[in-house]
Amino acid sequence: MKRNFLKLALLSTALTATSAMAEDVTITIESWRNDDLVLWQEQIIPAFEAKHPGIKVNFTPSAPAEYNAVLNSKLDAGSAGDLITCRPFDASLALYEAGHLSGLDDMEAMNNFSDVAKSAWQTDDGAVSFCVPMASVIHGFIYNKDAFAELGVEVPTTEAEFFAVLDKFKEDGSYIPMAMGTNDQWEAATMGYNNIGPNYWKGEEGRLALIAGEQKLTDPQWVAPYATLAKWADYLGDGYEAQTYPDSQNLFTLGRAAIYPAGSWEISGFNSQADFEMGAFKPPVQNAGDTCYISDHTDIGIGMNAATENPEAAKTFLAWVGSPEFASIFGNALPGFFPLSSEPVELADPLAKEIVGWRGECESTIRSTYQILSRGTPNLENETWGASVAAIKGASSPEDLGAELQDGLASWYAPHQ
Amino acid sequence: MQRARIRWHIAVFLAPAVLVYTAIMIFPLFNTLRLALYSEVDQTRIFVGLDNFRTLFFDPIWSEQFWNALGNNFWFFIVHMLVQNPIGVALAAILSHPRLRFAALYRSAIFIPTILSFVIVGFAWKLILSPIWGIAPSMLEFIGLKSLFQPWLGKEEYALTTLALISVWQFVGIPMMLIYAALLSIPEEILEAGEVDGITGISAFWKIKLPLILPSIGIISILTFVGNFNAFDLIYASQGALAGPDFSTDILGTFLYRTFFGFQLQLGDPHMGSAIASGMFAIILIGVCIYLFGIQTRMRRYQM
Repeated sequence: MKRNFLKLALLSTALTATSAMAEDVTITIESWRNDDLVLWQEQIIPAFEAKHPGIKVNFTPSAPAEYNAVLNSKLDAGSAGDLITCRPFDASLALYEAGHLSGLDDMEAMNNFSDVAKSAWQTDDGAVSFCVPMASVIHGFIYNKDAFAELGVEVPTTEAEFFAVLDKFKEDGSYIPMAMGTNDQWEAATMGYNNIGPNYWKGEEGRLALIAGEQKLTDPQWVAPYATLAKWADYLGDGYEAQTYPDSQNLFTLGRAAIYPAGSWEISGFNSQADFEMGAFKPPVQNAGDTCYISDHTDIGIGMNAATENPEAAKTFLAWVGSPEFASIFGNALPGFFPLSSEPVELADPLAKEIVGWRGECESTIRSTYQILSRGTPNLENETWGASVAAIKGASSPEDLGAELQDGLASWYAPHQ
Repeated sequence: MQRARIRWHIAVFLAPAVLVYTAIMIFPLFNTLRLALYSEVDQTRIFVGLDNFRTLFFDPIWSEQFWNALGNNFWFFIVHMLVQNPIGVALAAILSHPRLRFAALYRSAIFIPTILSFVIVGFAWKLILSPIWGIAPSMLEFIGLKSLFQPWLGKEEYALTTLALISVWQFVGIPMMLIYAALLSIPEEILEAGEVDGITGISAFWKIKLPLILPSIGIISILTFVGNFNAFDLIYASQGALAGPDFSTDILGTFLYRTFFGFQLQLGDPHMGSAIASGMFAIILIGVCIYLFGIQTRMRRYQM
């Protein structure tokens, strides 16, 4: 009797457990945006779950620098989440080619995006798209408005004005003129070289010519940004060689630095940390009146793990990511990640609004090293990190750096041979 | 006539250890060596023989990185041999002095960093040495030597040595403990006999104790060698996978990691990664063999 009762109890728990599973599908998102964990958990996921009862979403980010390695290992081991946050270009293309990401062209939501927005997550011939574009980031400089007012300096628009402002701050001494370090290396390339560079190589024109092999990294428009970076060293804080990325962020948000070479992704973090008013200015042009170019880099997409056990739920989520509703929630929840959907989204954050406004004034481009050019060994993007740091430290001349990068690129990239 | 009985119990007793060791050590090791002989072309794995090694040693792009990492690794090892082990021996000699008070306290204090995680050690030292928030600049300023301060971890010429010294700080407890144990095992009678012959104090250490602990020092050297050539964690935790500045702290471990798993836009290449791992294995194997056959067999042992 007692044994029967036990069996019954076991059976009933088993039944309830299976029925609960049938009701609730849990899908997991792999991401490198661990900074956004709270926003996903408090705004984006509840908004989705409210509309789609029965689907639970789990956001499991890992550290940005480790994401690619962690993700690749997980995919190979079959333990990756249902949805994969896509890095732009080759990292995701390789995942698609290895069969880890599903093609998404049959999804209606893909029509909400322009071809440029989709370009970062397509095969080279543009035939298949495998990630839904989520957001781009824009480069520029964020500055401390209080510090600018205190010294009575105007926002610079040309390079001469830019260095004049830096000189003023250096002379005054109460602020570190510019918060950037070279310890982590990537800031020098991403917030340095690829931030100011597009004004020299004229955005897309130069970038596409470089891919086509019509321009070389030894050409003046590709070398000159290194010469400008070399001038930055005087304005970075003491010991900038060992200053890390979080150090720079903290220096600026604590109000100890006046200018921060930025990507727009910093906005939400800075808003919660800085207690002074911030403004932004776009990379200064050489001469007043020049066309300005900004790096408006397609940065995040989201795709579906081809091995997912819940393709329906995953597709439902992706379709929602492609909808204007998501664009509006995402754009406002994460000011600084600008939605890529064709329909413009009204942003509430003043700093984000200021930066996204540059899209109307300047020509947009993406980071020069990301498409195709970082496919071989040596890896142009990683080499650019080292070169930008060397330029700032004055370890090599800009011409030598250009020649070194060109040699590396020419060693494997046919159009440059 | 009695046939020799098969002694099953030997196999049974050996089985767990052999199985576990094979599954988690021997198989992965040989599979890595095998993987190094393949390459991936258009999503299919093909056998390329020793091609990966040719690339690694003779392609200027790869060999430059390899020799740089190997050279850095040797420097890392030399710093440990010249700083960590002598200090460890000296500390052990001091600790084993019978009249030293609070010996147990010092012993634990010096040993504690060894049990800390690399991540904690790397992060803590990065903060200590930080030119912005660190206590190192202000302490130097306090004693009037601020001019000596440099952003050590950010300068090509100092970064590797700084990291090696951090690692020494972390692990000096290990040679200290091993030598300490060896020193304690030296019988009092030998030292007393020496005293009768007039060998006391510091010369007792050089003439009696040191020869007796030489085998332990040999073991420590080989442990240091293996540990240093497998090192990765500290460099990765404090300088990242690119082992900056400008690859000046790149050792074989970080080079392997970057190649095998990829980094940022660079995609992982398990085959080249395995070739590097095989190279590391060969280097460590050769080093250990030199020690085992060249040094250990010639070392004189004393009956105690």
